[in-house]
Amino acid sequence: MSDTPSSGLLIEAEGIAKRIGQRDVLVDAALSVGEGEVVTLIGPNGAGKSTLIRILLGLLKPDRGRVVRRSGLTIGYLPQRFPIDPALPLTVARFLSLAGAADDDIGAILEEVGVGSAADTQIHDLSGGEFQRVLLARALARRPDLLVLDEPLQGVDIAGQADLYRRIGQLRRRLGAGVLLVSHDLHLVMAETDRVVCINHHVCCAGQPEVVSRHPEYLALFGPAVAVYTHSHDHDHDPAGEVVPLAPEREGGGEHG
Amino acid sequence: MDDFVIRALTAGIFIAVIAGPMGCFVVWRHMAFFGATIAHSALLGIALGIVLGVNLTLGLFAVGAVVALILVTAEGRRWLATDTLLSILAHTALALGILVLAFLEGVRIDLMGYLFGDILAVGMRDLWIIGAVTVGGLLALWGLWRPLLKITLHEEVAAIEGVPVLGVRIGFMLLLALLVAVSLKVVGILLITALLVIPAATARRFCSTPETMATVASVFGCVAVALGIAGSAGWDLPTGAAIVAAAAALFLLAFVIPVRAMLRLR
Repeated sequence: MSDTPSSGLLIEAEGIAKRIGQRDVLVDAALSVGEGEVVTLIGPNGAGKSTLIRILLGLLKPDRGRVVRRSGLTIGYLPQRFPIDPALPLTVARFLSLAGAADDDIGAILEEVGVGSAADTQIHDLSGGEFQRVLLARALARRPDLLVLDEPLQGVDIAGQADLYRRIGQLRRRLGAGVLLVSHDLHLVMAETDRVVCINHHVCCAGQPEVVSRHPEYLALFGPAVAVYTHSHDHDHDPAGEVVPLAPEREGGGEHG
Repeated sequence: MDDFVIRALTAGIFIAVIAGPMGCFVVWRHMAFFGATIAHSALLGIALGIVLGVNLTLGLFAVGAVVALILVTAEGRRWLATDTLLSILAHTALALGILVLAFLEGVRIDLMGYLFGDILAVGMRDLWIIGAVTVGGLLALWGLWRPLLKITLHEEVAAIEGVPVLGVRIGFMLLLALLVAVSLKVVGILLITALLVIPAATARRFCSTPETMATVASVFGCVAVALGIAGSAGWDLPTGAAIVAAAAALFLLAFVIPVRAMLRLR
């Protein structure tokens, strides 16, 4: 066993097992990300996605298995939740500077994620969608070799999500950075993903998105429900991501007596 | 002005200056009850200081530091909510302190003074200690500032970016224990958290960076100390209570006066 990943890989984990409390969250999980590669990690709730990510990031020690990183690897991480106390006054520029961004790079980074004019805005004055973009900018602040995005686009509308995934794809091509994306909806991220890894405590299936989306194990986990979910929405989401009933169709603009 | 009033004022201002930035972190990190828990352990520190015959401030700091370290380990465990653990620790320490004091025959202590502060009894020696702790504490905060801000924003992200999270947390808690130990004479066990939290909360409205908020909190704290001591000297009010009441009055005033847009400091 070597302590560097195979050539071309930024990070490599194999044989990962982790027991938390009484549950075997991971039994034999593996994951790797190569240079310039976008890997999407997908799996049902409670499948161990977050645990695997935390092990890859070094926040959690696995019971078994090994994780190796390329030496000097810089990781940009966007966590699922990033609560900032409202009593803490902070501009967007300062937020990025605390993340390690060079002062003269901040404008360019914000431009890359589509909030070019936000530098002097207070963090708490941003909308939910703007804040998610700033979080992505924050993950880019140190010009990382590997971007780890854990369900990054909560609270961003569908058009905004498509735009951001496109930007993530562009960034990867320009910076040559690897991207590890955690998602619960393969169809949203398919276009920008090179490889999908589907886990449910172990690796169920892996491969190109088109292949995985037809794989029996994938269908067994997500099944036709995904198709129903993505094609005919029976609910909507408010800006906080909570499920709300569909808004009634607006009917012909404002014909009031 | 009498010498003892000048000493009281100087001591109070030292405490207020360091309590400004410390209080901001207490507010940002939701640690108000942590400060109160360390303060509740102070009586035990005094009692043990008397039993062991060591300097009382040292006894205070030692017990506060032990409580602080217990808090660092207990924080974030899932089996009991943090406020439940804090409550158990705070009241156990307070009870133990009172029990130990009760067993000390022939020792009469000024319980009111420890609970509510006895700033007018601050001597030159106390003043040197308070001054040294303030200067040392500000230097330590200066060094910890950036990593502290980073772990305040997100501990896991900070850890990934190379911040020694546990070390920074322990450092901050020990500073808090030190501050509580030296400010006992100024405001007392029951009021120290107020001097940390109220000026910081007052400052929030006027500030757009963490550093201005810390500075403005110090200024509000100093004003409260000056008003409190003036009220105490003029009308014979209990000093610690007068200082906290003045801080609370400033807090209310800051919300009544519509200054938000005008006074936002960059």
